[in-house]
Amino acid sequence: MATLHVSTRAGVAVLVEGKDNHSVMELIRASGIGDIEAICGGSCACATCHVYVDDSFRDRLPRMTEDEDDLLDTSTHRGERSRLSCQLTWTEQLDGLRVEIAPAD
Amino acid sequence: MNASDVVIVGAGHGGSQAAIVLRQLNFDGAITIVGDEPHLPYERPPLSKDYLAGDKTFERCLIRPAAFWTEQRITMRLGHRVAAVRPETRRLEFQDGGELNYGVLIWAAGGKPRMLACPGADFPEVHTVRDRADVDALVGQLGRGDRVVVVGGGFIGLEAAAVLTKLGKRVVVLEALDRLLPRVAGEGISRFYEAEHRAQGVDVRTDAAVECLEGRDGHLTGVRLKDGQVLPADLVIVGIGINPSVAPILAAGAVGDIGVEVDEACRTSLPNVYAIGDCAVQANPFAEGRRVRIESVQNATNQAGVATRHLMGLDGPSPAAPWFWSDQYDLKLQTVGLAAGYDATVLRGDPATRSFSVVYLRDGRVVALDCVNATRDYVQGRRLVELGLRIDPALLSDVEQPLKEFASGQAG
Repeated sequence: MATLHVSTRAGVAVLVEGKDNHSVMELIRASGIGDIEAICGGSCACATCHVYVDDSFRDRLPRMTEDEDDLLDTSTHRGERSRLSCQLTWTEQLDGLRVEIAPAD
Repeated sequence: MNASDVVIVGAGHGGSQAAIVLRQLNFDGAITIVGDEPHLPYERPPLSKDYLAGDKTFERCLIRPAAFWTEQRITMRLGHRVAAVRPETRRLEFQDGGELNYGVLIWAAGGKPRMLACPGADFPEVHTVRDRADVDALVGQLGRGDRVVVVGGGFIGLEAAAVLTKLGKRVVVLEALDRLLPRVAGEGISRFYEAEHRAQGVDVRTDAAVECLEGRDGHLTGVRLKDGQVLPADLVIVGIGINPSVAPILAAGAVGDIGVEVDEACRTSLPNVYAIGDCAVQANPFAEGRRVRIESVQNATNQAGVATRHLMGLDGPSPAAPWFWSDQYDLKLQTVGLAAGYDATVLRGDPATRSFSVVYLRDGRVVALDCVNATRDYVQGRRLVELGLRIDPALLSDVEQPLKEFASGQAG
């Protein structure tokens, strides 16, 4: 089973089962973790599903689009490892991916 | 149990968010969400987009999985409609006869689609797009034929027109006023979307008023316009706005008319009763303090945070510039600010490139932006709206000048 490792805002580690073609945002939300607002529902129209991703997975993740890059600029918590989780489509290759939910803006 | 410390009426974006935030703020009392639909809270925006297109299942639209609500001890009373609010006894009465006492009430009931008032409006082939049942009924009849008439050139109608055109339907859009999106966008945006829909094969008709819907044997056959023309139709979609669901709360004595009036903390005039989302009217700093009712997910989410933080005795978040989005074809429109009352517009970029923005000004200050496939302008323009900056229109129109330069140069 391909697994996503999520660290919540409270620092709790949660294992989430991966599902192909679902976004990491959807996986986190469906797991019952309440932290992610995802106001736009995954339309890449806001930055309320902001996560920090494990550096070692960077090359396996979908490339960041300009839109995602620009939207991340709206977060005061943007860092090197920032991504919008709605833009990370799950595949088996991401087994073991670790993401940390960024603080709320 | 027939009482709950907090009762939230409305299981939409605002109501569900209020419950989620209360638990995040460590509120330990009983929370009950009352919803008139049989479903757990779900996202409404996909109803006129991916869900209508069949690209997103209902499960994927759920705001939280079923287990979340149980784990968070948030009680769902679904399929119940509120008949009356009794503020003196802090009690709700349901249409099906049940009752529920509240400590604090959060009214997040949203609204119901406005219907046509003309003859034929109740044919079974006439649809609205507000909740899941609406869209399931519409999708269930898509096999009836290819001719769809959309009444109303607002966002719901246009998004539905875009999806149905992609599905191979022949779509006519009727707008009673002289341009599409007349209440929400400037003329430049209206004309752009009109041209786009036409290029995609939609028959867009402005200044087109509906006389009645025609039918035979109780079923729709067409739409008769005031000018006498009859458009044959297999299906009609009505997207002419909503009526806020406020009758019980106004009947209980809450102040309001086009919605229920709330103060800066989202309190209604009734004790221990808040109101949030599509049904709440509130003075808005981004509308020069005028009282406005905003229909958007962001507004519902934001007001949920305001009301619940106040309820918990915490300071509210600082006012957020309203934002909104609409997906049609490959066009992503992102709006920040409230354009109402603008007296000038500036075009940034060339609409022919399918990536441009319209900046709305009032008394020389930036009040809103509509950005089409221009996320950077949307992101950077937000600051201009928040600061209400005065910027030379000639500079604003120069796409070589990033909008953030203006914010850093003129802040304060």
